[in-house]
Amino acid sequence: MIPIDVIEKTAETLMDKAAIEIPDDYLEGLKAAASVEDGDLSSFVLQAMLENYEAAKQDRRAMCGDTGTPRWYVKMGNETQIEGGPIALEAALRRATANATNGVPLRPNRVHPLWRTDHDNNVGIGAPEIEYAYEPGGEWIDLITVHKGGLFGTDYRMLFPSDGIQGIKRFFLDSLVAFGKRGLACQPAIIGIGLGGCKDTCMVLGKRAACLRTVGDRNSDPKIADLELEFTELGNSIGMGAMGFVGKSMVIDTHIEVGYCHTGGMQMSVHAFCLSSRRAVARVFADGRVEHRTDPDWFTDYQRRETVEWQMPQSHEKSA
Amino acid sequence: MANASKPREIRLSTTPSAEALADLRLGDIVYLDGLMYTAREGVYRRALEDKANIPMELPSQSAANFHCSPAARINPDGSFEMGAVTATASFRFAKWLPEWLAKSGAKLVIGKGGMSSKDYKSYFVPNGAIYLSTVGYGTGALLGRGVENVEAVHWNEELGLAQAMWVIRCNRMGPFIVASDLDGNCLFERENERISKNLEKAYEGTRPATLKRFGETDDKSDELIG
Repeated sequence: MIPIDVIEKTAETLMDKAAIEIPDDYLEGLKAAASVEDGDLSSFVLQAMLENYEAAKQDRRAMCGDTGTPRWYVKMGNETQIEGGPIALEAALRRATANATNGVPLRPNRVHPLWRTDHDNNVGIGAPEIEYAYEPGGEWIDLITVHKGGLFGTDYRMLFPSDGIQGIKRFFLDSLVAFGKRGLACQPAIIGIGLGGCKDTCMVLGKRAACLRTVGDRNSDPKIADLELEFTELGNSIGMGAMGFVGKSMVIDTHIEVGYCHTGGMQMSVHAFCLSSRRAVARVFADGRVEHRTDPDWFTDYQRRETVEWQMPQSHEKSA
Repeated sequence: MANASKPREIRLSTTPSAEALADLRLGDIVYLDGLMYTAREGVYRRALEDKANIPMELPSQSAANFHCSPAARINPDGSFEMGAVTATASFRFAKWLPEWLAKSGAKLVIGKGGMSSKDYKSYFVPNGAIYLSTVGYGTGALLGRGVENVEAVHWNEELGLAQAMWVIRCNRMGPFIVASDLDGNCLFERENERISKNLEKAYEGTRPATLKRFGETDDKSDELIG
C-alpha cells in the first residue's frame, strides 16, 4: 500500500522541480544547438536562455513566467494499491497542484473557457488533466508532471496513405514554419509527432511523444528511429532559429509515436514542447521510498505492444 | 555561437525621451529602468470598453505597457511575491492598442512576437511608440531578477491575478529586443523575408495534402480535394 501523504508531498516537490529545473537532456541538447548557431540574433537568444536556466535554479524561481498548464501522467505497477484508492490519489494531485501554484509561485493559468473564471490555483473543471497507464508487475507508482506551455506549435491533420512520407514531411514543415515565425512556438523545441490512432488518440500520442521522451531517445522501431533523425535535420534546414530569427536551431529532437488507425487514413499531429520543457518524475514505493528522475520512461515495450496477449518478461514474473 | 556577432546593448527609461527612442535600431538589446505596468485584454476591456478610471497617472508615471501575466501571488498580509515574468503574444491585442496608445501615451509596448509593420505605421509611429520583444521566449527568471519591487496590483478582484494591472519597478530589467523603430520598420518581417528565400529548398520533394482545408483557399465552394 502506497501512503497517500507521501504521494501528495512528492507531487508538490515535482511541481516545484518542473517549473524551476530544466531537465538535463534538454539542456545538453540546447547547448549543442547553441554551439553551432551562427545567426547573430538567434545566437544571442540561445545564450540568454542558457543564462536564464541558471538564474532560475540559483533563485529557485520559475524558468518562465508562463508556467504552462500543469497536468499529471500516472503509471502504476500491476500490484500497486494506494491508500484511500484512486479517489484519494486524484484529490492529492489536485491539492498538490493548487498548493504549488501558490507556493512556487506558478502563474494561475487555468480559467473557464467562456466565463474566464480564475480560481488562482490551476485547478478547475478537467484541470489538471490526470492520465493513467499500467505496467506488468511491481508495486510502485510513477508520478510525472508536465507543464506544457503555449498556445502555439500544435496542429492536427487527416492525411491518407497516398500522401506518404512526403505528405508527412510537408505537414511537419508547415507546422514548424507557421508557428516558428516570430518564435510563437518558443523554439528550438522537442517536436512530438503522432501518427495514426483516431483523431483524439493521434493528438494524445503526439503530445506524449513531445513531453514524455527525452532528447536522444529513439523509437524502438529502427525505421521510425531513422525518420526521427531525418525530421530533426529537415527542421533545422529551414533557415529559421530561435524567435523566428535567421538561424538553424528549430528542433532539439523529434519523437514519433504511432498507433493503429483506420485502413483508409493516416492521421498526423505535431506538438512543440517549448524552450522551458517542464517535466519532473518520481517513483514512490510501498515502503514510502521516493526516487526522483527526469526520464518519464513512458513508452515501454508494454505501452507499444501490438498483440492480444502480453508475454510477461522473466524479471516481471519473478517480482509478481 | 560560431561566428555570431554580439548585438548592441542599451539602458532605457520606461518614460523615454523622443531622442532616446530615435536612437534605437532594430535588433538592439535593451534593459529598462523605472515603472512598468502590465495590461492585456482584461485591462483594455475595463479601461476602454467599460470606461473605468485607470488607477495610475499615465504616461507621467510610466510609458511602458507590458503584455504580461507574472507567476506571482498576493500574500495574506497584502504584500506581493513575484517569481518569473514572461510576455504573452501581442498580436491578439491589436483590436484595443490604437485607442490604448492614444489614451495612455505609452511609448514602449513590450511583449512577445511583435505586431505587423502595418500596425506600427498606422498607430505606433503617430504616437511616437516602439515595440520591445522579450527574449527566448521565456527568460522569465532573468526578467524576474530585474523586478526591484512590485509597487501595486490594480483590479485584481475584478480581473484575477493573471489579468490584473501589476505595477513593477524595474532595475536593469531585460533583456528585450528592439522589434520596431520610429519609422515603423518591423524586425520580424525583415527576418521572415530573409528566411522565405530558403523555404522552397526546404520544401523540395514534399507533397501538398490530398485533402485541403478551408483557409488554404478562400473559395468556400471549393471541394478541397486534390
